[in-house]
Amino acid sequence: MYQYRRFNNKNGFFQKFGNLDYILLSCLLILGFISLATMYSTDGGEVLFHTRSHFIKFVVFFSMMLVISFINIKFWFSLGYLSYAVILGMLIWTINFGITASGSKRWIDLYFLNIQPSELMKIFIILCLAKYFHRMKAQHVNSFYSLCFSLIIIFVPMSLVIIQPDLGTSLLIAISGIVVLWFAGLNHKYFFYSCLLSIISLPIIISFLQPYQKLRVLTFLNPDRDPLGAGYQIIQSKIAVGSGGFTGKGFLKGTQSYLEFLPEKHTDFIFTLFSEEFGFIGSVLLLLIYSIIIYRVIRIGALSRSYFAKLFCYSFGTSIFIYVVINMSMVLGLLPIVGSPLPIMSYGGSSMLATMIGFGIVMSAKTHSQQSIA
Amino acid sequence: MININISDSATKLNSLNRRMFILATAKIIILGGIVSRLFFLQVKENKKYLTLSDKNRIREWKLPPIRGEFQDYFGNTIAGNFEAYQLHIIPEEVEDFRYVIYRVKELLELSDKQFKKIVKKKNEIKPWETLIVADNLSWEKFSKINNHLYDLNGVKPVISISRDYPYKENFTHVLGYVSQANENDLLTNENIKEKFVPGLKVGKTGLEKSFEQKLIGSNSVERYEVNAYGRRISQLAFQKGDKGETIKLTIDTKIQELTNELLKEKAGSICVMDIYTGAIIAMHSSPSFDPNSFVFGISQDEWQLIRNNPMKPLVNKSLSGNYSPGSTIKPIVALSALENEIIKPDFTVQCKGHKNPLELYGQTYHCWKKEGHGFVNLREAMKQSCDTYFYEVARRLGVDRLSVTAKKFGLGQKVFKDVFDNEKNGLVPNTEWKKNALGRNWVLGETIITGIGQGFIQTTPIQLCLMTAQIANGGYKIYPKIVANDDNQYADKFTPLYKKSRNIKIVQDAMFSSTNEVRGTSYRSRLDDPKYRFAGKTGTSQVKKITERDRELDLKTFQIPYEERDHALYVAFGPYKSPRYALSIIIEHGGSGGTVAAPLAKKLFKMIIDRHEIRKNYDNKKYLDI
Repeated sequence: MYQYRRFNNKNGFFQKFGNLDYILLSCLLILGFISLATMYSTDGGEVLFHTRSHFIKFVVFFSMMLVISFINIKFWFSLGYLSYAVILGMLIWTINFGITASGSKRWIDLYFLNIQPSELMKIFIILCLAKYFHRMKAQHVNSFYSLCFSLIIIFVPMSLVIIQPDLGTSLLIAISGIVVLWFAGLNHKYFFYSCLLSIISLPIIISFLQPYQKLRVLTFLNPDRDPLGAGYQIIQSKIAVGSGGFTGKGFLKGTQSYLEFLPEKHTDFIFTLFSEEFGFIGSVLLLLIYSIIIYRVIRIGALSRSYFAKLFCYSFGTSIFIYVVINMSMVLGLLPIVGSPLPIMSYGGSSMLATMIGFGIVMSAKTHSQQSIA
Repeated sequence: MININISDSATKLNSLNRRMFILATAKIIILGGIVSRLFFLQVKENKKYLTLSDKNRIREWKLPPIRGEFQDYFGNTIAGNFEAYQLHIIPEEVEDFRYVIYRVKELLELSDKQFKKIVKKKNEIKPWETLIVADNLSWEKFSKINNHLYDLNGVKPVISISRDYPYKENFTHVLGYVSQANENDLLTNENIKEKFVPGLKVGKTGLEKSFEQKLIGSNSVERYEVNAYGRRISQLAFQKGDKGETIKLTIDTKIQELTNELLKEKAGSICVMDIYTGAIIAMHSSPSFDPNSFVFGISQDEWQLIRNNPMKPLVNKSLSGNYSPGSTIKPIVALSALENEIIKPDFTVQCKGHKNPLELYGQTYHCWKKEGHGFVNLREAMKQSCDTYFYEVARRLGVDRLSVTAKKFGLGQKVFKDVFDNEKNGLVPNTEWKKNALGRNWVLGETIITGIGQGFIQTTPIQLCLMTAQIANGGYKIYPKIVANDDNQYADKFTPLYKKSRNIKIVQDAMFSSTNEVRGTSYRSRLDDPKYRFAGKTGTSQVKKITERDRELDLKTFQIPYEERDHALYVAFGPYKSPRYALSIIIEHGGSGGTVAAPLAKKLFKMIIDRHEIRKNYDNKKYLDI
């Protein structure tokens, strides 16, 4: 049996090629195409900087994803802690030598590109925790020691990102980590109690928030309190989505974005523009594509042999789901505004890079689904 | 060992899969939530957000409405619109604003002050808004700019529509003028507020103000798609507004121009009226000014010149000049006395001259003629304007009966009701008025001087004209009008104002004698041709009480300081055989009515009666192309 496995694991390049998940790949390509079209629309129907840059990034990172998918999942397993440490080092570097833009230090200059380590952390924290729990025996998962250790793994990058300051991304990092904890089998009562605790301590947390963050919460509760100031983004976003109607205003005909009423239309609010131009039908279709992608990711996890691959795929799929939901809820006025991009759709290299690395590892899990990890 | 390992990993996998299942269910519910939110916003509330989106992106620009015109009786435009040559710059379309603006300064020869004003205005507006560099360029400068357009990127020569008064100062006091609407205009007139756009010109005085509602027209509306910063992206619609109504006046421009010419260098007023229809043929107040200077804002120097002119060009003397009527009131005094049967036409008084004046309670009342007129009856007294005769008549008549007749004939009340906002009431005093207004009792001396149109009595030139017209038409009530199609339907129109029509005839005849018989006060101004012959009454109203010393000095008019000279008045109607027109003339500080005012009537009647035919034929549409 062992022999057989050894033999089987040495599958060749063409076999791996055949093992790729083509449904997932085509969905990603479609999504990439949609995002390019939307980016083209944000540029006012011209191929300008954003479209060109987004196209290059998509092509480069998509190819990178393919490369990653041919590398054995064991390699990624072995890289779990190291990559986490490297990103952590980058985050510390950011605090000292980062590039300041619009009031926060988020980027570091790598000479050929500027990178946002906090975005990468969203993926590598999953990798790290997945590796941590892979080795752990079931009865140790809920031990005090492992709980403390995993919480430290989450809190260190989270606090490093908070002081940038970037509340949105740090929350997303935390959520990614917590998702892994959930799948690893942490007792339900911890989640229940911490939920309760956070609800009780919400007023205290709010009092520690920055003034602009408090304003966002207040604006979320009542966008009309300052329609031209803090409430402007969410009001204009809702107008754009609402005026799209059932079938949308048509490609390149979204007046809200074309006439520059939409803020941040390349990044966080890209769904607003898409929804304005393609309407309810288009939005549901986009959601469907995301759902298929997430379903395929989870399915790959389900079919994987190793616990690490399963844990990673489940957590990554769920994280993507949460990113999508948070972004959409935010632009639809269901959540306060936090900076969170829509995976693949939003403009932004680091987010694209992180997402593609994630999909690459998932794809690697697929091509090496029979690989067991000691 | 292996077994434990397997069972351990199995427990872990079981827990993992179970939890995945729980989360998958949660995900489906959350997705459902997002879809329902999308449905709510995009399908259910679509209308609301669509409206909001349109409100965001569509903005309307009102353009200034095109003002209605004024025409004279023959359809000539007396206040119209002309194409003003303007220069606009949209700062953001200019590459090098500094260069362009200096170049424009050079070409237009702008003064430093004007230049600074433009630069200041530029800094106040948004870069895509229009900066008006010049609002009324001469053709030379406009074409000069057009010739240099090649190096004036972003400069736009524009032709815009603006008010024009082709007859300049001739109609100023009738029409008034337009100028930029100010805060006060917006507050007092809802219509202006509704149609306001920057640069809107509205009527400030005269008919331009009175008929603002009809003249203003309605705005053209341009609907633009704009972006979040208010910049116009594309035009969606253009809705053409209506031009304001054209208002046709009863005035004859030729006669109006003559009045202007006759009053040149003088302060005064001339009113000419049709005695049957009440149509104003001419109405002029002098000195006048060019209303065109106000359209684009008058310069401070020019304004000070107009304001500080001692002859008061800003006052419309025809309507708001209150003057003592002087002897021009005598026809009414005579008529009142006849109507009340105080005197008969053959009632005679002896005028003894300055040596023997009328004396009452220690006061003396002189006739104007040093030597006296001797024994005069009504006709003679009117003809020679004997004051002594009218002192006696007034004394017998009493001021209350006189005031009733005077008011009946239109004195002491506004002639045009509320058409002109600057029209004055004048004043016809009576005993009750004095008691109420001054709290003192009327004294007989005041009655006596009222009999020669001095004292409290105040009339405006247009009232005197109306009075004369109503005497001339045989004593029937008319309502003066200045707008041609104003068919005033007053119930008491053409009702007789007399008790006996013979009395009117007597007064008319007396006025005839005053102009056309030897020793008449305006005999020298008569026209002998029966076609033009007119009847009138001179008047000289004192500005200052004549002292004994003045009387002894007996200075000529030019020897007296301007402010102390008498006002010269003249009222007349003609042609005498079948009267049609009445007029009133007043020359401020002109001297005596007979020598200064009456000669103007001679020239006027010649033209008025000549043009009567043209006017009549125009009515009958005989010459449509006059």
